[in-house]
Amino acid sequence: MMEIGKVIPTKAFIEEKINLECGRDLDSYEIVYETYGNLNAERNNAILICHALSGNHHAAGLNEEGRQGWWHELIGPDKAIDTNKFFIVSPNNLGGCHGTTGPASINPVTNRPFGPDFPVLTVIDWVNSQLKLADLLGIDKWHAVIGGSLGGMQALQWSISYPDRIKKAAIIAAAPKLSAQNIAFNEVARQAIISDPDFHQGRYLENNESPKKGLGLARMVGHITYLSDEAMRNKFGRELREGKLNFGFEVDFQVESYLRHQGDVFSDRFDANTYLLMTKLLDYFDPALENDGDLIKTLSPIQSKILVVSFTTDWRFAPERSKEIVDALLASKKEVSYLEVNSSHGHDSFLFPEERYVNAINAFLTN
Amino acid sequence: MSKWLEPRSSVLDLGCGEGELLEELSNSLAIKGYGIEIGNKNIEACLKKGLNIIQQDIDDGLENIGTKSFETVILSETIHVLKKPDQALKEITRIGKNSIVTIPNFAHWSSRLSLLLKGRMPISGPHPSSWYESENLHICTLKDFEDLCNSLNINIMDRILISSSNKTSTHLNILPNLLSHYAMYKLSD
Repeated sequence: MMEIGKVIPTKAFIEEKINLECGRDLDSYEIVYETYGNLNAERNNAILICHALSGNHHAAGLNEEGRQGWWHELIGPDKAIDTNKFFIVSPNNLGGCHGTTGPASINPVTNRPFGPDFPVLTVIDWVNSQLKLADLLGIDKWHAVIGGSLGGMQALQWSISYPDRIKKAAIIAAAPKLSAQNIAFNEVARQAIISDPDFHQGRYLENNESPKKGLGLARMVGHITYLSDEAMRNKFGRELREGKLNFGFEVDFQVESYLRHQGDVFSDRFDANTYLLMTKLLDYFDPALENDGDLIKTLSPIQSKILVVSFTTDWRFAPERSKEIVDALLASKKEVSYLEVNSSHGHDSFLFPEERYVNAINAFLTN
Repeated sequence: MSKWLEPRSSVLDLGCGEGELLEELSNSLAIKGYGIEIGNKNIEACLKKGLNIIQQDIDDGLENIGTKSFETVILSETIHVLKKPDQALKEITRIGKNSIVTIPNFAHWSSRLSLLLKGRMPISGPHPSSWYESENLHICTLKDFEDLCNSLNINIMDRILISSSNKTSTHLNILPNLLSHYAMYKLSD
């Protein structure tokens, strides 16, 4: 099978003020993005990929470091999201830390990093900034907007906010809003970061420091919620790293070693303020709030065809959460399909090319 | 069936298989169609046709679908594989302003003869598999089905009898329960 190969990101400079939901605004901003495949002459084969909590624009192909994109299993020639047919746009969202304007960027007013002064964003703000990117690329209507988890929430918001700019939306492993348990996990993650002595009220960059311990811990907590009990059991069981118990508080079990490694790797490549911002953005997502919780009414502007996908072992956004979206769409007679895929990978299932899932996405995009 | 459906009306097909009926009705009557299925291959086939297809097990209930939220609910050759046909019938007539249910008739003369003369479970058009391979859970006759509708206070608005060659014919009316291979009912609560 052909692969995408090396990908070089592009930067869009958006010199237009964006009014944010929090009441503040940004005079201008930069969005870094990757594209795969080619835009056709009619400019109607573009697909927007929306990343999740800790994702970025590198969704497919190989980046400069030779690393594969986070959704390389699904995006590529002849894959679920076929680059032979579609022009795929994958941005790093506003507030991110991989090239797009975010808390680690320099605030033009102060000439210092924004840090904690960067506005807290919402999914609507993200969609609005992605709309500007679409305008810049000359894409009047996305063939589809696709995302998993928080990415799926963006796809849903796109369908609600800009019904005439989107033909299809695939909402994968998502929910119409977070539960108290979801918010609780995010709060633990935030407290881990904020209580790190190197956090300095968010001004750690100016102190040439980084709350790596706290960010790593936040990632460890988050990572547990991405996996299923079954997946962890299969991967680690009670396997010991050194083949024996050490009767101390250092690593005994492989799962501890794995989580620490995940935390360390993540804290080296991610910005703590961005993590805080994105967890809040997740917590705030609740499109039905403006209609007093009436999801059916909230979804009434939708014109796009919608595919909702959930995974059996996902307990972070369980199938029942996806069904809330499906039932509301069905009640208002929107075009909707729903698939519940057997997968052992928990919430992370959306990253794996399970056959039914791949075929469904492919059929939905190409029919 | 199409004479029982209004053009551009909403139709929910329970156990829609590969979506042939929904596709046909979409083309001929421009209905707003939705299918409910649990078979993986069937769901994929429906997605390929561009149909609205929702993965849901009818036996787990249909409470998530609103009362009188569809003009028509169709249950075509599915009732005999359901765990609780009576519950399903109640739900179908709750959800649909009208319902269309097609059933295979176990009292067709060929089935009766097979059982009478051979002493074996009949294998025929509506019952193509051996008893141990069959997906059938609740096979019934036209009389059985009509009795159930009566006991559930479900009105039979209309009935079409179908022969083994998938045709309707007036002669089937002479002895419906003996001569029909299938029957299609229009129901309302």
